[in-house]
Amino acid sequence: MTKGSLTRRHVLAGAGAGATMLAIPAAWADVDYKKYAGSKIETNLIKGPRGDLLQKYEKEFTALTGIEVNSEVIPEQQQRQKIVIELSSGRPSFDVVHISFHVQKRLFERAKWLSSVTPFMTNAALTEADHKGDDYSSAGRTYATVEGGFNALPWSVDYFMVYWNKELFQKKGIAYPTNFDELIKAAEALHDPANGISGFVGRGLRNANLPLYMSFLLGFGKDALDEKGNLIIDGPEAVEAAKIYKHLLTKCAPAGVAGFNWMESQASFLQGKSAMWLDGIGWAPPGEDPTRSRIVGKIGYGVIPKGPVAHASPTYGDGIGIPAASAKKEQAWLYCQWAVSRLMGGRLLQSGGGVPFRNSVIGNKDTQAGVTMPAEWLTCVIESAKVSKLGLPVVVPVTEFRDIIGTALTATLSGADPATELKKAADQYRPILEKSEKS
Amino acid sequence: MADVTLETGLGAKTAGEGAEPLPVQPALRPHYWLFVIPGMIVVVAVILVPWVFTLWMSLHEWKLGGSYSFVGLENYLRLPGDPRFTEAFVRTLVYSALAVVLPIILGTLAALVFHQEFPLRGFLRGVFVAPMMATPVAIAVVWTMMFNPQLGVLNYLLQLIGIKPQLWIFEASTVIPSLVVVETWQWTPLVMLIVLGGLAAIPSEPYESADIDGASAFQKFRYITLPMIAPFLMIAVIIRLIDALKSFDIIFAMTQGGPGTASETINLYLYQTAFAYFDIGYGSAITVVFFVLIILLSLATLYLRARTQWAEGGVAER
Repeated sequence: MTKGSLTRRHVLAGAGAGATMLAIPAAWADVDYKKYAGSKIETNLIKGPRGDLLQKYEKEFTALTGIEVNSEVIPEQQQRQKIVIELSSGRPSFDVVHISFHVQKRLFERAKWLSSVTPFMTNAALTEADHKGDDYSSAGRTYATVEGGFNALPWSVDYFMVYWNKELFQKKGIAYPTNFDELIKAAEALHDPANGISGFVGRGLRNANLPLYMSFLLGFGKDALDEKGNLIIDGPEAVEAAKIYKHLLTKCAPAGVAGFNWMESQASFLQGKSAMWLDGIGWAPPGEDPTRSRIVGKIGYGVIPKGPVAHASPTYGDGIGIPAASAKKEQAWLYCQWAVSRLMGGRLLQSGGGVPFRNSVIGNKDTQAGVTMPAEWLTCVIESAKVSKLGLPVVVPVTEFRDIIGTALTATLSGADPATELKKAADQYRPILEKSEKS
Repeated sequence: MADVTLETGLGAKTAGEGAEPLPVQPALRPHYWLFVIPGMIVVVAVILVPWVFTLWMSLHEWKLGGSYSFVGLENYLRLPGDPRFTEAFVRTLVYSALAVVLPIILGTLAALVFHQEFPLRGFLRGVFVAPMMATPVAIAVVWTMMFNPQLGVLNYLLQLIGIKPQLWIFEASTVIPSLVVVETWQWTPLVMLIVLGGLAAIPSEPYESADIDGASAFQKFRYITLPMIAPFLMIAVIIRLIDALKSFDIIFAMTQGGPGTASETINLYLYQTAFAYFDIGYGSAITVVFFVLIILLSLATLYLRARTQWAEGGVAER
């Protein structure tokens, strides 16, 4: 061994000092990781806690495999555009790609841009024995599989849940709501504009507001599409969900919420100006950071309340895959496997930057013990997983769906009638959907 | 007058007394093309080819991830019936008009002020032009925070003087005026600099004559200053108009076209169509129409500019 190089034992020994490593006794045990030593791969990742984590530790991957990694980490919106343009050119510049499943799953499947990873998963020379498809949560498997085979590896999941200000709740003597009715009543009771406090805050901005709306729609036991793929976003349940959305954001939210994305909502909540904020579980860490939050230690993390028909936490997720056009698929596979490993998953969970799809990571007691977020956050993760349901329809024109229905929802915040707006939006979107999915 | 030898690209010729008349320009000698070709290649590669390709794409139905097919003018025929496009079209014109007129008025006033002598004038001019040098996205982030209806400083200041808090960019009816405020804040200094150049070029004699004739300050501005800076104002209008029509970064970073589609200009809509929906054919058709709009408006302002020119002894209206 050359001086300064790292072996599997070194990686194990170094990382083993942390609690994380207790959870992965058999990591890097069975595979010939050095098979492609000296080669180089390119990765394209989304800027954020997940992409940053992979980039931060990629030298460990290089030490393990001898494969050099060059990562391009770019903001989400730009990354989504860039990878589609590159993949459609047929000659992408990357061997590993970070995918937003909830936006891109169907497009990638239809275009056949990704290489199936199932052959790799069943290859003992390339895959750890403990890396099994059934270790991923059902949402992860739904996102990553095509006709039973894995098209990518599920990496991180985002559940929608309720951040609530315990201090404000206690002052009014209100308990955390368990269903939609209680949620509305609590928001009304906590709303105190005279003192600059709103009972509820969430996304009103077009497109960004769909996940919030879907949180209510799924509670009515319905989705945007029926089992046959027909659009039912103007059905009675959808209208009832829109009424709740409208009521909470017009009667219990800060003024100007129609222009709020998650950032403005988060700012309002962390400044102690809003009693509840319904959004993704991945936004939690700043709330416990005293340099960014005025309510450190006062935040409750609640599973989304039950709807009239169903209890469902809208779920969004991302994964990591290998372009079909890549000439270094096996090297890329080693990287993908490392990225979603228990080690990296444990790090992700413990930092609060995301929630891995792998059950063996979430359920591991040692990993849980190292989580830096409050125990209540972790409980919320585990409980949300039990009622997880995909938050957006799996169709190609999902951005159009978010834009068109999102515009209708924003219009309701200016007083428009939910039924009328949803009908109009459905009429506008239906031909786009049918052209895309049924032609 | 001494003879002057002019070395031109066509060979040495002598101008002046006794010089032979210049011959009719011959065609470029073959080796001169070597100097022209690199520039032509660049122009063809980065301007002509993309435009021809955009035109070609606009005649096709093409979604990334799928196949494409020729549809003729169908993408163009879709445009008038697309309410999002027609609304964005009108919005672009309204936004551009406001984002041109306000900086022109305020920039002219600022130039008149900074044309006067007063203490710290140089320093204050430097402060005044600072917004122009800031990065658009940084400007957008700062203004978004200032506009926040719940936490922003603008509403706090309004409340201090007894004015009701506003919703600024967070409400459909006020989002365009609010964005224009940002645009005006950033680009008024540019107009000021252009007009200051014009003011510096005005001779003092007309003002002396006006003083003898007893003209008021307003009359001097109306009948001397304004006509004489008019060519400079037209330059400012052309620059601002093209810039306002193309405006994208600040709007996108501040509102992403929202609330709803209340601040979605053509630029944002074509971006969304091409790079979020990946509808390349339709996005290209919007691009072509937008390009034609910019050309027409630019030609109109250039025509006005040509009508407002310096003539012997002042400005002439043709």
